[in-house]
Amino acid sequence: MSKAEMRDVTLVEAVNMALAWEMEHDENVVVLGEDIATNGGVFRATVGLKERFGFKRVMDTPLAENLIAGTAIGMATQGLRPVAEFQFMGFIYAGMEQIVSHAARMRNRTRGRLHCPIVYRAPFGGGIHAPEHHSESTEALFAHIPGLRVVIPSSPQRAYGLLLAAIRNNDPVIFLEPKRIYRAVTQTVADNGEALPLDSCFTLREGDDVTLISWGASILETLQAADQLAEQGITAEVIDVATVSPLDRETLLCSVAKTGRAVIVHEACRNGGVGAEIAASIAEGAFLDLQAPVVRVTGYDTVMPYYRNEQAYLPGVADIVEAVEQVIAL
Amino acid sequence: MRQRHEFHVDSTRYLDNHGKPLGDLPPLAEDSDRVLAAYRNMVLTRTFDAKAIALQRTGKCGTYPSVLGHEVIGTAIGQSMAKTDVFVPYYRDQAAHMLRGVSLKEMLLYWGGDERGSANWPECPQDLPISVPIATQCCHAVGVASAFRIRGEDRAVVCCVGDGGTSKGDFLESINLAGAWHLPVVFVAINNQWAISTPRSLQTGAETIAQKAISAGLPGHVVDGNDYFATSEALDNALERARGGKGGTLIEAVTYRLGDHTTADDATRYRTAEDLKRAWEKDGIKRLQNWLHDNGHWSADKEKALQAEARALVDKAVEEYLATEAEPPTAMLDSLFETLPVALQGQRERIANKYRGGES
Repeated sequence: MSKAEMRDVTLVEAVNMALAWEMEHDENVVVLGEDIATNGGVFRATVGLKERFGFKRVMDTPLAENLIAGTAIGMATQGLRPVAEFQFMGFIYAGMEQIVSHAARMRNRTRGRLHCPIVYRAPFGGGIHAPEHHSESTEALFAHIPGLRVVIPSSPQRAYGLLLAAIRNNDPVIFLEPKRIYRAVTQTVADNGEALPLDSCFTLREGDDVTLISWGASILETLQAADQLAEQGITAEVIDVATVSPLDRETLLCSVAKTGRAVIVHEACRNGGVGAEIAASIAEGAFLDLQAPVVRVTGYDTVMPYYRNEQAYLPGVADIVEAVEQVIAL
Repeated sequence: MRQRHEFHVDSTRYLDNHGKPLGDLPPLAEDSDRVLAAYRNMVLTRTFDAKAIALQRTGKCGTYPSVLGHEVIGTAIGQSMAKTDVFVPYYRDQAAHMLRGVSLKEMLLYWGGDERGSANWPECPQDLPISVPIATQCCHAVGVASAFRIRGEDRAVVCCVGDGGTSKGDFLESINLAGAWHLPVVFVAINNQWAISTPRSLQTGAETIAQKAISAGLPGHVVDGNDYFATSEALDNALERARGGKGGTLIEAVTYRLGDHTTADDATRYRTAEDLKRAWEKDGIKRLQNWLHDNGHWSADKEKALQAEARALVDKAVEEYLATEAEPPTAMLDSLFETLPVALQGQRERIANKYRGGES
């Protein structure tokens, strides 16, 4: 590792830093997607990469998401480590067949002869006043698919470390970037190439009264809720799930064993969401530790409203505080 | 109005239905070793195919797609490709797999419900496995070709797709990328006239499938897919072009699916006996056999010996296949990820306990 450069960066800049680090240190890493080369991506996540690494490794593709998903598979079977960008998660569905039927299965289908070290990146989530289809949170679709990892950073440091880990992983990773907090906070990140662990939750704050479980942009409101609760004398343990599949159940269950209460917060709609899997895991693994039912604070089971009403859809700090008060009262 | 561009699609056939040359043959006809090896592979493929169907009918193999009518095309592909090229198949490419070194036993394992059929391909370790979802493999082919281009390698990709598959976005998006990125890839659209029960005429209003290449900026050629010389020549040329950095090609190889779609299909529901009879008159294996006879390369004795050799090879493969025990049930988790995630270890233990004694 070269000498670490400390930089104050936003989440999207941390993504860019991780891509640049890994492209510098592994010539097999290539990036492809729509408008990612000359334009540097619509969110500028890939800015400067074409200039540093050239068109051969930084590829503007034709406008065809299914093709992007499938081309990455072909590249990966030949030893490249493609990082493919979908411009928005709402456009990833055209690539679903390739991801579900091939990327997730190639290792299993060939008993390890071929594998797919691919990262499929997509900005996801609402809250930026975007047009229809630009505010999706459908991580549960991918969490349901065997053979995929679904990783969601919630801070610049975790974006950097988890993206490096995702690129180095020898299996496909769906890497969902919460665009609402792309530029919300700045953090000091050491550009030292050090990855963070996948398949692990991050305990952001320790507490004894309740476990708050969340991921992505909702971590912001969850931490704010924990602050407010602290003023009331309620100490909340805050866990960033980070890898929503496969789940680090051990960390979650240990925390619930300690606090006896769990509130799950996610922006995605409730029905069949990742929160349901976590709640079921807690019921199966920590039922006797529970002092109250597990409560979910989530988006509603409807289409993400156009932006005039998107704030009404998104779980807010007050919703989380209210849910905690409810489970504490029991 | 002025004419902007003129496009053309050529069509090639060298032998008539009886194996008589329609004119001068391409130079590869002089290479009798190659032609004899091709004929041998076609006969072996047809022998294997009949046996696989029989195994399915007797409950010893799963649903199987007959390759009857595709033997010439697959053989031409297998011969034209270099070992270092990469083959991206669909699911009716038995003849090509055999020349790529995939054993008959492995093909039986695959259709017999065992993932190991795609596992050990030592002669072509980077070839992609069979792709069941229609045309999806086309996107992989351009990805493989992109990898060659990125690394500056002198290799090419051959990708097969059926006539039905050419209706899918995957095919159209992939030929489009091949044109835009100038990729070393040869698409072989195997037009066997049927996508299960849907005839070629309902797939597209275009007169040929080959002309779809024009929209992508690629050359498109039609060949008689039962004419070994025409098909091989087109593949040789397209591969030379690809390896020489001149870009991709679409070859439409016209044939007829002489069998059912799979053993689960009954083609008599939608296909007339007269159609089938006419298609058999164009059979590429018989055509090449006649040509070999006419040119002093073949005899009744040689044919008899080849048939016996093919039967023996197939019988041996069947024996090996039937003697292969199933993987332990825990195998369903063992190749899902490079390392089994902690989250799945409990499920693996459960399987292991449930089938205790079945683990190797």
